[in-house]
Amino acid sequence: MNQTYGIAGVSAVVLATVLVGALGLRVSRTTSDFYVASRSVPPRLNACAVSGEYLSAASFLGVAGLVLAQGADMLWFPIGYTAGFLVLLVFVAAPLRRSGAYTLPDFAEARLESRAVRRIAGVLVVGIGWLYLLPQLRGAGLTLRLLTGAPGWFGGLVVAAVVTVAVAAGGMRSITFVQAFQYWLKLTALLVPAVFLLLAWRADRAPTPVWDERPVFQRATQVRLDHPLTLTLDEPVRVTAASGTVDGRPRDGGPLTLGPGTHRVGAGTTLRFPPGTPVPLPDDEGGRAAPSSWARPLSAGREQHGLYATYGLILATFLGTMGLPHVVVRFYTNPDGRAARRTTVVVLGLLGAFYLLIPLYGVLGRLYAPDLLLTGDTDAAVLVLPERLVGGTGGHLLGALVAGGACAAFLSTVSGLTLSVAGVLAQDVLPALGIRHFRLATLPAIAVPTAAGAVVSDLPVADAVGLAFAVSASSFCPLLVLGIWWRGLTPPGAVAGLLLGGGSALAAVTVTIAGGARSGWLHTLLAWPAVWSVPVGFAAMVLVSLATRTRIPANAAATMARLHLPETLTGRTAPAGSPPGGRP
Amino acid sequence: MSVLGAVVLALAGLALFALGAVLGHAGARRQQENPAGPGTPVERATFHTLHTASLAAPPLRAGLTPDTARKAARRLRPLLGTVALALTDEESVLAWDGVGDHHRAEAEARLAHAVRTGRPQTFTLSCANDTCPVRWGVVAPLGADGRAAGALAAFADQESAGVVRAAEEVARWVSVQLELAELDRARSSVIEAEVRALRAQISPHFVYNSLAVIASFVRTDPERARELLLEFADFTRYSFRRGGDFTTLAEELRSIEQYLELARARFGRRLEVTLRIAPEVLPVTLPFLCLQPLVENALRHGLEEAVDRGRITIVAEDEGTEARVVIEDNGVGMDPQRLREILRGAGGPSAGIGLSNVDMRLRQVYGDGHGLVIETGVGAGTKITVRVPKFRPGIRPAT
Repeated sequence: MNQTYGIAGVSAVVLATVLVGALGLRVSRTTSDFYVASRSVPPRLNACAVSGEYLSAASFLGVAGLVLAQGADMLWFPIGYTAGFLVLLVFVAAPLRRSGAYTLPDFAEARLESRAVRRIAGVLVVGIGWLYLLPQLRGAGLTLRLLTGAPGWFGGLVVAAVVTVAVAAGGMRSITFVQAFQYWLKLTALLVPAVFLLLAWRADRAPTPVWDERPVFQRATQVRLDHPLTLTLDEPVRVTAASGTVDGRPRDGGPLTLGPGTHRVGAGTTLRFPPGTPVPLPDDEGGRAAPSSWARPLSAGREQHGLYATYGLILATFLGTMGLPHVVVRFYTNPDGRAARRTTVVVLGLLGAFYLLIPLYGVLGRLYAPDLLLTGDTDAAVLVLPERLVGGTGGHLLGALVAGGACAAFLSTVSGLTLSVAGVLAQDVLPALGIRHFRLATLPAIAVPTAAGAVVSDLPVADAVGLAFAVSASSFCPLLVLGIWWRGLTPPGAVAGLLLGGGSALAAVTVTIAGGARSGWLHTLLAWPAVWSVPVGFAAMVLVSLATRTRIPANAAATMARLHLPETLTGRTAPAGSPPGGRP
Repeated sequence: MSVLGAVVLALAGLALFALGAVLGHAGARRQQENPAGPGTPVERATFHTLHTASLAAPPLRAGLTPDTARKAARRLRPLLGTVALALTDEESVLAWDGVGDHHRAEAEARLAHAVRTGRPQTFTLSCANDTCPVRWGVVAPLGADGRAAGALAAFADQESAGVVRAAEEVARWVSVQLELAELDRARSSVIEAEVRALRAQISPHFVYNSLAVIASFVRTDPERARELLLEFADFTRYSFRRGGDFTTLAEELRSIEQYLELARARFGRRLEVTLRIAPEVLPVTLPFLCLQPLVENALRHGLEEAVDRGRITIVAEDEGTEARVVIEDNGVGMDPQRLREILRGAGGPSAGIGLSNVDMRLRQVYGDGHGLVIETGVGAGTKITVRVPKFRPGIRPAT
């Protein structure tokens, strides 16, 4: 990838973000445009902002990488990421806005009138935020490594530093405009190259995508392996030039044929494959990968229990979206519940448009960048494709555009998440800091995932995001759905559900990230916890609430009415002498 | 597998930490409840009794409800040393602490008499269960402000003059707490009434000035006069509205717009207003009419007392979980000492009642950390900062 263009692309995005952030505020100099300056954010703009903040590095880079590596099964990721908003729209959006809550702990307190529930929700929000930040910083590292050759941890550190400085300096003033801008930037960065990629694909006489067992190198391809790996071949593979170490013997650039059997390739080896060679696939740690069914769902290799894993993914993404801290705070910007609902509808459309493009990159990546399967850098598919297919200055420019889009993806999500995690940290978890030290809380908010990212390095971006979704689905989904739709929820019930559902999912996720169980049912259960942890969360909340019926909050009925009735109605019927709330 | 080991170790460490924290907390609590401090046994017993009583006080200060009664009864029973203790309202048992819950109905039957006469009443209870230690009880009435509020019932296995006496004394102490609760309620309703009385205080000068300036346009520019009159009508409707102590920043800004429109009719080009509003904070809920007095204050000091141009800047920013509103003018400013007096409410009737009113209401609603922050000096202009949390339980706008 051309460094100059790539760096220019990323710099342009950062610069544009800062400019929009600084100049986007509506300033009026006269009283006559007062009305314009004090107009609330229309649903469409807010929807762009929600989408901009939501589409992370996992969406921009990770999903295409997973589709490239593992095939049609992985399309559940974009479907789930989008459908999560459908669930949010139907069950949560409007009542959540009417509750007046800014963060999820706010909602817990508004509905259950309990400080304890609030505190536990705060801890969970921070946990989910950190889990979600982890893959974002990793995506940043990956992008910057491809652009500049810097080591992977460096990119994460740079982004962490940029966001910390921006937040601490009081930047991101007009966050709604910045995030809305980022959405359109990301869409453009995928759409424009996609058009050129399709043209190039047609010019290449439109080779059919490889649906069957293994992809083939379309062109002569040189692959550099940074890590040693083991290849198991069923048929001989011809290599036109190999330098480095193969099977323990040094090679100096001559041709070589790898016979059937197992081969060990040393780190730093460069292999050059002629066109038409089937791509040799590296062995997984847990045994031979079985990529024989790329296009057929539920048969793919990585997970031994495909159906279970798919349901785990569906549950986590469908139900987890409503518990993402940076998504929830954006709904506060809506003036009322109706606007919140309209925002969600538009978000569904915007996300749908974006995710339509992603599988295209996956399929083209399988055609034109199958060497990524060999090196394991499948997350880089979106970044390398434009230069592979288009070439020349045009390819460089498109590459820069994609790099800029990726940069926008992790910048917007990281800044949004950092802000919401820092807010909850300052308010609920570290109240000793004092409410004025919101900016101080930014440091732990981003330092922890940065440090964790340096330790944990081999988790695919989209997978790590899936884990954050699983925790959110098993803690906040029960809290929100039951809190909004069941008046019998009690504070002890909520505490039990949050701790059992969210806690068990969090524990499973921690073990997975730390590399606890590598294979077998135990691994599958821990890597896709939503299937069991969501029911555990719901059951705990319902059962404990039923057992503690006497503890139903005193104002539960009034709160429920406020959550479900349109604002104009509740506003008019509010008793004239209602006390300034909570203070007897 | 070493990674798994590390994780297991880490989890075990966490569990151990949590266990330690829980044990330490419980231990500290027990220590607090049974202070084995210095002093003679009599002194220690006194400390213990006072401490137990002080633990029962906070729930009672919130009035007598099933929840507070449950919490208080748990603390009061050790004071009396009886097998069971119940707190009741005038008709039914609110909370029963200790054994013999099945005597609830019998105890309720005795209530009416004790509550009516205002005197303690003892009675024996029969029980089919031989092992049940509840054989005898005493009901001591509770009163607040001379009215009956309920009763305290203590139960023992045999008649005891000591328990009667102790129950009477504890009932008297509980009655005092309930009276204090009553007092708290009265005080907060006074403050509420005060806030409500203060809030609709738009300055009479403003009404007069506005009508005068509208009158001046009636002949020369009837269209303008009509517009201004409509603005005035809207502004007064908002200011005089009933119901709801809170509004949104967007609504408040709209009323400020109308206010400034009327002011501009008076001052013409001498008034320059700059707004910088982050749209994210427009839905923030804040006390009704808490910004308009600040703008009025800026206008008065920025324009009415100076000859040249007055500039007012209104900035609303997003600060994570809070919104920050800054209102700044380039006027004559104020002596900080005098400002301090005004905020203390000692500034005399003429000036700045708006400021101290807003300050008081903000502190009342959000706590002392959220009062007005005013930066000023003589001749240096004034900058007023308001920080409003985006969410506070129970606070919501009325539209």
